[in-house]
Amino acid sequence: MQPFTSHTGIAAPLIKDDINTDQIAPILHSRGLKEDYRAMLFHRARRREDGSEDPDFVLNKPQFRGAGILVSGENFGAGSSRESAVWSMLANGIRVIIAKSFADIYRENCLQNGLLPVSLGSALGDQFIVRAVAADGQAPFTVDLLTQRISGPGGSDVEFEIPAADRTRLLEGLDDIGLTLKHVDAVASWEARAQTAQPWLQTARDSRRAAVKGVRE
Amino acid sequence: MQQTLFDKIWDFHRVAQRTDGRDLVYIDRHVLHELHAHHAFAQLQKQRRAVRRPDLTFAVQDHTVATKPGRDDDTNPSGSAFIKAMREGCRTNGIRLFDVDDPEQGISHVVAPELGIVLPGATHAVPDSHASTVGGVGALAFGCGTSELAHILATQMMALKRPKSMRVQLDGRLAGGVTAKDVALRIIAEIGVAGARGHVVEYAGAAIRTMPIEQRMTLCNLNIEMGGRSGLVAADDATFEWLARRPFVPQGAEWDRALQHWRRLPSDPGASFDREVSLDCTALEPQITWGTDPSQVVGISGRVPDPAALEPARRAAAASAVGYMDLAPGMPLLGLPIDRVFIGSCTNSRLPDLQVAADVIRGRRVAPGVVAMVVPGSSSVKRDAEAAGLDRVFRDAGFFWGESGCSMCAGGNGDRGAPGERCVSTTNRNFENRQGLKVRTHLASPATAAASAIAGRIADARALTPGMA
Repeated sequence: MQPFTSHTGIAAPLIKDDINTDQIAPILHSRGLKEDYRAMLFHRARRREDGSEDPDFVLNKPQFRGAGILVSGENFGAGSSRESAVWSMLANGIRVIIAKSFADIYRENCLQNGLLPVSLGSALGDQFIVRAVAADGQAPFTVDLLTQRISGPGGSDVEFEIPAADRTRLLEGLDDIGLTLKHVDAVASWEARAQTAQPWLQTARDSRRAAVKGVRE
Repeated sequence: MQQTLFDKIWDFHRVAQRTDGRDLVYIDRHVLHELHAHHAFAQLQKQRRAVRRPDLTFAVQDHTVATKPGRDDDTNPSGSAFIKAMREGCRTNGIRLFDVDDPEQGISHVVAPELGIVLPGATHAVPDSHASTVGGVGALAFGCGTSELAHILATQMMALKRPKSMRVQLDGRLAGGVTAKDVALRIIAEIGVAGARGHVVEYAGAAIRTMPIEQRMTLCNLNIEMGGRSGLVAADDATFEWLARRPFVPQGAEWDRALQHWRRLPSDPGASFDREVSLDCTALEPQITWGTDPSQVVGISGRVPDPAALEPARRAAAASAVGYMDLAPGMPLLGLPIDRVFIGSCTNSRLPDLQVAADVIRGRRVAPGVVAMVVPGSSSVKRDAEAAGLDRVFRDAGFFWGESGCSMCAGGNGDRGAPGERCVSTTNRNFENRQGLKVRTHLASPATAAASAIAGRIADARALTPGMA
């Protein structure tokens, strides 16, 4: 995973609540295993019916084309668990999402991929939205995970909260599986314990097949 | 210390605390589907990691499979690469796959409980947000993304922050023609699409105890639509009876021992929850969505609300939804002309769902101009429905009777509506463009969907089938 320390970039305001993953990364008609995540991002909102770009959509406006920060409302990333809704952000150079709040699974998917989810809460979120709209892409914001601060035009630095564990994981770009495999002994002993306490959990056997096999043996 | 059902399952399955403070929670049953699996298999291969417990891992082809009779890998061309990659990954990693032509193929959330793969008190993970459907049999299930899927394959655990607990108390008794779907939509309307965020929800109360297992699954299925991390119902005698003798459940003496354990799992009297919500179900009527998120709900006799009269935070979204849905404030939902009806998905595709719909439809015809389809939740459900003659009822009425899969819920298999169509759907999300570009989705129960197909308009099944109410 790509570590995250700090990002300086244009902040694009997409001021709605409950932006869902069907909007962020729609399931398109034709696709294969190697998807074009860059084209996928907000595909329906970005394009008109004839396929041309909708100039009114925020990420299509000239000042926000290279935006590295997306600013939004409550419950960002609601809906399906599709990770393409995170990959499509990264494919477009977006490294930070500043929202009032995030849907649980989407936030987990962000942390897995080094996309920084900054939850500001309602009041602070509203204030920051005003700043991002006023900045209108003319000057960048810096989001620093080390100091947990957002700085930029239109006011003083904004401090944000993030659980220490999530912060460390992003800063160090830790390999999630590697981190867990340090506990491999604990897993083995848990499995042994479960085998005694609730053996049915450690076996998922098709009783019909077992019966057939038994006859053959 | 008084413990909740969730506490008991979590504490038993907590293997260790990781150095970053997350709990490592053991996953007893892991079920994959083809939309995510190939990414995860590729990731493991790249990292030269093995699947820790292929014997506790299962896979189903559901999201992209065609529903057309006689289907194969290529009937839906945009699904074939996913289907083949899944097959190959399962073969390489020794995972039991319910393939396209398997007699027990179906939607993961339908297949896992009906085969007894998930059990009360077991933990379960699926790379899909509707994983908690199986909470209906008392399992603790988590939806996840692709990276977490790879993590579970490699470690058989999820690294989670312990969620908070919430109890939704459902009092009273459901009236005839009112089902878990209506209850769920009403709860989501009350607490909002993020109302249960960060919480594991236990559904409890008198209305739950009389609710059939399939309906409990419908209720738990929709838990994510209010943002819940997971949702479950304590297993009881009805659950045990439902699960007994299913092929993957423990057999003989081991079943008896498991049963003893499962009886100790319900929340202790006096156990405390971080949040409590209650709903009296007695006066509830069938519910239907009017908008573009699952909280935009009214009773079937209700009218489209005036966005200006809603609380300020909901106004903008409501105004936008009224526009997308081509409605106007004050319009009644009943009588609204429709173009399409879909009965299916992990929410409402089990045998009793199809039975209720068939009872409404029997001897009637789908209204002219309405495209109506039924897609059973699994090939087993399809077979059972056919044995009961339900397919004839649907076909005779003019319904398409499909092969099992996720189908039009998200349209990942190419089953979609045409632009501008109004669709009454038994699925879980009425998001813009989800069931097809500019398709206008109204979420409702199988009974409401069936009645609407016959009427050609949004209809109350109780009016059509007087015996129901």
